[in-house]
Amino acid sequence: MSDISLFIALPIGMAFFIPIVSRNIKWFPDIAGNFTTFVLMLLSLLTINQEIVYNVGNWKPPFGIVLVLDGFSCLVLIIVNLIGFFSTLFSVEYIEKMFTSKLRYYSLFLLMLAGMNGVVLTGDLFNLFVFLEIASVASYALVGFGCEARELEASFKYLVMSSIASTFILLAVALIYGRFGTLNMAHVSLMVQKYGMDNVIKFSAVLLFCGLAVKAALVPFHAWLPDAHPSAPAPISAMLSGVVIKALGVYVIARITYNIFEMDTMISSMFIILGIVSMMIGVLMALGQWDFKRLLAYHSISQMGYIILGLGLGTPLGILGGIFHLFNHSLFKSLLFLNSGSVEYETGTRNLEKLGCLSRRMPVTSFSSLVASLSISGIPPFNGFWSKLIIILAAIQAGRPFSALWAVIGSILTLASFTKVQRYVFFGHGKHFKLESLPQIKEVPNLMQMSMILLAILCTVTGVLALGGPNGIFGPVIDVLTGGPSAYILKVLGKQ
Amino acid sequence: MIYSLCFILFIIGLYGATCKKNIVKIILGLLIMEYSVNLFLILLGWRKNGVAPIIDSQTDMKTFVAHSVDPLPQALVLTSIVIGLGVLSLMVAISIRLYQRYGTFDITEMKKLKH
Repeated sequence: MSDISLFIALPIGMAFFIPIVSRNIKWFPDIAGNFTTFVLMLLSLLTINQEIVYNVGNWKPPFGIVLVLDGFSCLVLIIVNLIGFFSTLFSVEYIEKMFTSKLRYYSLFLLMLAGMNGVVLTGDLFNLFVFLEIASVASYALVGFGCEARELEASFKYLVMSSIASTFILLAVALIYGRFGTLNMAHVSLMVQKYGMDNVIKFSAVLLFCGLAVKAALVPFHAWLPDAHPSAPAPISAMLSGVVIKALGVYVIARITYNIFEMDTMISSMFIILGIVSMMIGVLMALGQWDFKRLLAYHSISQMGYIILGLGLGTPLGILGGIFHLFNHSLFKSLLFLNSGSVEYETGTRNLEKLGCLSRRMPVTSFSSLVASLSISGIPPFNGFWSKLIIILAAIQAGRPFSALWAVIGSILTLASFTKVQRYVFFGHGKHFKLESLPQIKEVPNLMQMSMILLAILCTVTGVLALGGPNGIFGPVIDVLTGGPSAYILKVLGKQ
Repeated sequence: MIYSLCFILFIIGLYGATCKKNIVKIILGLLIMEYSVNLFLILLGWRKNGVAPIIDSQTDMKTFVAHSVDPLPQALVLTSIVIGLGVLSLMVAISIRLYQRYGTFDITEMKKLKH
């Protein structure tokens, strides 16, 4: 697998090909969408343990655009395309019943996927902004896909906040270009090492961080997330919570702080404080929610706090914990959103008070959501337990026992909140539950079941991935991040 | 000096986007922000008595280096204007649909989402 530009070219090409062809052929969008994401998933699995620098148009690095594939981008690429495949598999029957226009749905979905693959692979700051906007614009449209009053309201709120964030990022890119006259990330990093961080670069670093923190929904910047994620169709919520906030937010933040500007103690303590605040406020807000998807959205904020905390510790163990949690969170959070989609598909509501007793009528949904709930609350042997354990151990090892304590408290509150979900939806019932509605409810169709079962199996088995310590798939990621700017410069530009 | 005027324009746009209650004014605020950044980018490539950066057989390299402008910011601005157009059309489409649903452009009246 050497031609990594396929990750961008294939979904963009299909996104424009689907609406042209499928005006008269009803079944085409399903087949084409699923086929594309399946091929992308296989291609992403082929990139493991490879390092490629691809010069677009064969222009040499400081002048042309480069695509860089290293350990970190490989991992995020796998997450994006894996969850993308499961979401399209789920969409086939879900969109058929709940929404009208399949060809627009798949077209926007593939555009979003192309944008995220581009963000993960690119090595050029302006190109990063362009792909960020492609993914964001597609996701604004997908959040408002239902065109009901609430969905439009959420979509507009998301659009305004995210556009302001994008403008901040563009201003930062312009300032960096004005100061150094280059846009290549490795070359910018080289210039920062040569000339030091002056005020212009510091200001643009702050602008970049604020913009990306909105995309990643860290707590002072989180207000759009609890509205936008529940309003989208369920497979899109799974993509937004599972992948978009990570690929557009955390990945870029980590890449910029570790590989372009150097990680220092000030940034590190800022990350830790932001992480703890997101972790606690997210989970406390989630406890009081009665809307199934809104509760899950608040948990996304809280789990992002764990990831940022792990990355902020800066030690190899902390980075391992953060990255492993990023991987695990994308699996179990997208599974939980698919579960909520199945519940809405059968019952037509997602209010916890109106649901109940579904474990008998929908065994597959109920069992897979139990697996995901145990994973997110950190119960062994599921994957969430191992990553949270590593983060807590890393916090103690780094001499920050209070961060570890907050992480434990957050985990206990998460367990409490998911006990509530399981009790009201699957095992017990809520206040306004009507028993006579129960006999019409049956298990969801086969493809939806299949994607949930596959994700539940992945949640159970991926716990062993980090057993051998930081080897295998997570080793290269830690090498990339701890290597700092000099290793990144060496990889992209060669010897100076 | 001229850069700080750009920055003032940016701040005016930010004020409009964050503090106004009317959807149309919010959209205008976002546009002003975007255009101030575009203006800043294009000013980065500006040069007094500049010439177009094209080399042919008669070009003298010394005067070329002394007078040619940097073409890259113009390419960046072009891309950023196109992206801005896409975002603008989506924003306007959503605001028209919102007006059909709520019958108003005032965002304080739109509170069907639970809090």
